[in-house]
Amino acid sequence: MPKDIEAQGGIGASTKRREDIRFLTGNGRYTDDINLRGQAYVHFLRSDMAHGRINGLDTAAADAMPGVIRIFTAKDFEGVGGLPCGWQVTDRHGQPMQEPKHPVLAEGKVRHVGDPIAAVVAETPDAARDAAEAIVFDIDELPAVIDMKAALAEGATKVHDDLSSNLCYDWGFVEENREAVNEAFTKAAHVTRLDLVNNRLVANPMEPRVAVGDYDAWNDQSTLYTTSQNPHVIRLLMGAFVLGIPEHKLRVVAPDVGGGFGSKIFHYAEEAFCTFAARQLKRPVKWTSSRAEAFLSDAHGRDHVTTIELALDADHKFAAIRTETRANMGAYLSTFAPSVPTWLHGVLMAGNYTTPLIYVNVKAVFTNTIPVDAYRGAGRPEATFQLERVIDKAARELGVDPVELRRKNFIKPEQFPYQTPVAVVYDTGNYHATMDKLLEISDHAGFAARAETSKANGKLRGFGIAHYIEACGIAPSNLVGQLGARAGLYESATVRVNATGSISVYTGSHSHGQGHETTFAQVVAEMIGIDAGQVEIHHGDTSNTPMGMGTYGSRSLAVGGSAIVKATNKIIDKAKKIAAHLLEASEADIELKDGKFAVAGTDKSVDWAGVTLAAYVPHNYPLESLEPGLEETAFYDPSNFTYPSGGYGCEVEVDPETGKVEILAFSAADDFGNIVNPMIVDGQVQGGLAQGIGQALLENCTYDENGQLLSASYMDYAMPRADDLPSFRVDHSCVTPCTHNPLGVKGCGEAGAIGSPPAVVNAVIDALQRGGYTHVTHIDMPLTPARVWAAMQK
Amino acid sequence: MYAFDFVKPSSIDDAVKALSAEGAQPIAGGQTLIPTLKARLNAPETLVSLTGIAELKGVCRDGDVLVIGAGTSHAAVARDAAAEFPGLAALALQIGDPAVRNRGTLGGSIANNDPAACYPAAVLATGATVVTDRREIAADDFFQGMFTTALEEGEIVTSVRFPIPEVSAYAKFAQPASRFALTGVFVAKFAEGVRVAVTGASEDGVFRWTEAEEALVRSFAPEALADLRVPDGGMINDLHGTPAYRAHLVGVMTRRAVKAAS
Repeated sequence: MPKDIEAQGGIGASTKRREDIRFLTGNGRYTDDINLRGQAYVHFLRSDMAHGRINGLDTAAADAMPGVIRIFTAKDFEGVGGLPCGWQVTDRHGQPMQEPKHPVLAEGKVRHVGDPIAAVVAETPDAARDAAEAIVFDIDELPAVIDMKAALAEGATKVHDDLSSNLCYDWGFVEENREAVNEAFTKAAHVTRLDLVNNRLVANPMEPRVAVGDYDAWNDQSTLYTTSQNPHVIRLLMGAFVLGIPEHKLRVVAPDVGGGFGSKIFHYAEEAFCTFAARQLKRPVKWTSSRAEAFLSDAHGRDHVTTIELALDADHKFAAIRTETRANMGAYLSTFAPSVPTWLHGVLMAGNYTTPLIYVNVKAVFTNTIPVDAYRGAGRPEATFQLERVIDKAARELGVDPVELRRKNFIKPEQFPYQTPVAVVYDTGNYHATMDKLLEISDHAGFAARAETSKANGKLRGFGIAHYIEACGIAPSNLVGQLGARAGLYESATVRVNATGSISVYTGSHSHGQGHETTFAQVVAEMIGIDAGQVEIHHGDTSNTPMGMGTYGSRSLAVGGSAIVKATNKIIDKAKKIAAHLLEASEADIELKDGKFAVAGTDKSVDWAGVTLAAYVPHNYPLESLEPGLEETAFYDPSNFTYPSGGYGCEVEVDPETGKVEILAFSAADDFGNIVNPMIVDGQVQGGLAQGIGQALLENCTYDENGQLLSASYMDYAMPRADDLPSFRVDHSCVTPCTHNPLGVKGCGEAGAIGSPPAVVNAVIDALQRGGYTHVTHIDMPLTPARVWAAMQK
Repeated sequence: MYAFDFVKPSSIDDAVKALSAEGAQPIAGGQTLIPTLKARLNAPETLVSLTGIAELKGVCRDGDVLVIGAGTSHAAVARDAAAEFPGLAALALQIGDPAVRNRGTLGGSIANNDPAACYPAAVLATGATVVTDRREIAADDFFQGMFTTALEEGEIVTSVRFPIPEVSAYAKFAQPASRFALTGVFVAKFAEGVRVAVTGASEDGVFRWTEAEEALVRSFAPEALADLRVPDGGMINDLHGTPAYRAHLVGVMTRRAVKAAS
C-alpha cells in the first residue's frame, strides 16, 4: 500500500482499530459493566427435562427465602405476547408455516432442556439462585422428540399440542421446476448422490448474553441494556409484539458487545423478562448468563440433514441439482429461524456454476431442542457444503480433476450480470481469477512432492478445494418482504458535523467486533478529505441513532456504509452551497479536494472548518435559501444482494494410526469487491476460517435420545484453539466491485465460515483416497479422530 | 457456588485436624473442585486449603527415588523433575494449560483419580509409593476405579515416591475438547522389569497392561507389541471415542511411548 494512503487513513489504509485501545486496556463498556442503582438480579429456573407437562409450581418456600423480591411464572405473563418470529415462510402448497406461541416463561409444557419455567428476582444473584432451587415443581415427563425423521413420522409425539404435526413447513424452490428437474435426472449421463449432515453448533461468543431492564417513572420510560447485534430490531419486536410498550417509551442500548456470530440477533425471553420485571418492580433487574446457561439458552446454529444429487451430462456439464433437507427448528421459532434453511440457503444452490435446473426441498421440523437460528453464514454454509462436497464426489466418480470440473462449470466473467435459476442475479464476479489465485497462493503445483514427503513419514496428505458464493449485503426490503420477512432490511445513518469541523456519525449498524468505528470513519474521512481522527462513530443506542436494522449477513459496510455515504454526500452538497456563498462563486464551480472547497480554475478556497463554522455561526450565510446547521440523515435500501466469492484450499495430513487430522496449510483467495481496511478484512477472514474449521473438525452439539445436551460445556464441546489452526494465507487482490452500492463493496464477515468446511472435508477425503482408503467417500462433520479412524476401518 | 468457610492451615497436623470437622473437604489446586463448586455440584461446609503447607511442596532425589511433595504444581514438576526424571516432567508439561499447570497439584490429581487424568499413569507405571499423613500406599493398591482411591476420609496425600526408571515416556492422545487424555500410556523400564499404565481408556480408571509389560521385558521395542490388543470390553464409550477406538489407541500410544523411551 502506498505510504500516503496509510498516512491519511482513508479508504484502503490498514488503520489499526481505534476501539481496540479501550478493549485491550479494560476500558470497554459491556452490558455486564452496567450496574444501576437499586438493581435486583434474576435467576431463571430452567427445565432439566426436554419435554414435560407442568402440573404445578409451588413457590411458597422460595418466596420466603432471604432476599427474594418476587418470583414470576407464566401466570404473571397472561396478556403478554409471546416472542415473535420475524419471518413467515410459505410452504410449497401456498400455506403459511406452522407458528407456535413462544411464551416468555413456559406455559403448560416445557419443550427443551433450558426452557425457563420461573424467574426469581432477588437482592443478590446468589439469593436468586438459592430461591430458584427451593421452587417445587411437578412436571410429568413426556417422550422427547429429538430425531427429525422420527419427529415427522405418523403418530409422533407433538412438541406443540395445538399444531397439526411437528412439521413447520415443507418448502419447495423453485417449485415450478420440480418436474423439469426430475426429468433432467432421468436423462443425465451421470448422477452423484451424497447424504450428509451439517452439524449443529453452539455460537459461543466470548461474552455471554446479559440484559438489564430499567424503568423510569419520571417519564414512564423503559430502558433495556442488552447484548444485541441490532438494538432497534429488539425495540420493535419487544415493544410492539411482546410487552406493548410504544417505541417512544422504550430505549434499547447495546453497548460494547463481545461477539455474536448471529446468536445475538434474536429477541430472547430474558430481554423481555428484565424489561417487564423492571416495570413491575420499579427497579432495575439484571440477568447475566453463565457459560453453562449460554449452552442451554442461546440459539444454536446449522443442524441440517440433507441428500443432494447432482446430474451431469456426457460433457461433465452440470445439468441439474436436487436436494432434500430436514432442518431443525428446535422447540420454538427463534426470530429469523424460518429464513435460514429457505431464502438464505435455497437461493445459493447455484453456487458459482451454470447449472440450469435446481430444486430444493426443505422440511423444517420442531424438536425438543433449543431453538436453532442464524449462525455466521446462516444457510449459505449449508448450501456451499452440499454443493462443494457433491462436486468433489462427482469428480472422483468421473475420474476428473476437481479443479477442472469446477472451471468447466463456472459462470464466465463475460456472463455477468448472471441470472441464476434460483431467483437471484449475480452482479459481478470472476471465479476463474479467484481459482487461479488460490492455486497460486496454495502452491497447488507443489502438492505432489509434499505428499511424497508425508508418505515417507507415515502420514496421508490431501488437498481439498471449495469455491463458494454468498449473498450478503442483506437485503432489498421489497424483495425480502415478498419472501416473508416481517421487517425491512435497509440501513440508516445520521452525519452530524460539529461547528469546528469534527464529525459525529450515528449508524444503525452495530459493531460487536467488526471494527466499524475505524472503518466507517475511514470512509467519511476519505469522502471529505479530512483526518479520520476527526470522525467519531456512534452506534447501539436507539435514543440517538436513526432506526437501523443492525449487523449480520455481512451487511454493515455494504448497506450501513452506503447509508453513511449517502448522508455524507448530502453534507457535501450543502457544504458546497455554503462554500459557494463564502467564496462568492457559483455552486457548480466548487470542488472539494483534500478538505478544501475551491473555486475551479482559481486559487480561491475555504477550508472544511471554515464552512462548518459558517453553518453554525451563520453571520455571513445565505439564510434566505439555506437552513443553518450541517446535519443529514439518510436511509439506504440495497437494490440487490452482494455476491462475494472465493476459492479456498486446505492441505491436511491424516495420521492413519489415530485418524487425527492436522491442517498444514489453509489458503483463501476472496473477491470482496473494494476493500476499505485490508487489515480488518484479513482478520474477518481469519476468524471465519477458524470457525469453519471448528465446524469441520471439532465442534458438535449433541443430544441424547432423551433430549439431554451431551456437549454442554467446554469439557465436551470442542472449540478451535490456536494450535488447531495453521497460519492462514489470505488474499483479497481479486476485485470485481459490486455494481449497485456506492462503495463497490461486497462484505467479508461470513466468507471464512462459509467456504472452509467443504475445503477441509474434501482435503481429508482426498488424503484417505490417495492413501488407499478408497471406500471412504464421505465422513460427516466434525471429522474427529474417532470418526476418521472408524471410517477407515472396512 | 454455595457459601462455605475457608481455612488455610500451615502444617499437616493442623490440616488433618481441620479436616476432621463435619462437612470439611480439602482443596489443593482446586482445578477440578472449583468448577464443581461453581456449578453447585458440591457443597462443603468448610474448605481446608492445603496450599499454605510448605512441607507439601518440592521435588528432591532420595537415592533411586524422586520424592515429590503432594502440593507441588504441575509446572514445578515439569521444571524441577526434568533432569532426574524427564519422562515425568514431560507428562506434567502436557497437563491442561499454563493456568492449570501453575495451580493444579500432583496430590490433588491423584486423590481425585479422574479416569482421564495424566498423573495416575505415571504413578502406576513406576510402581510409586503414595505417602499420606498416616501411612504409605503402593500405587497398585491406591487407584481403585473411577474417582476412587484407597484414601480414607480426611487422609491427606503428603508426597509421592517415584522409583526412577532407566527410561520412560508418556504418550498422550488428547480428547479434542477437554484435552484430557482420551488415551494416555506411561511406559517405564527398570532393571527388574517394565511397567505399562494406561489412563483415559477404561471405565475402571487407570490400569496396567500386563501383556504389554511381559512382551516388553522380552524385547523393549514397539514391534514387540504388534500382535497385542486390549479387549474392547470395559473401555469408555462417549462422544469422543468408542470402546473399539480406545482399545486401538491403547496399542498405538503404548508403541509410541516405547519408541519415545527407546
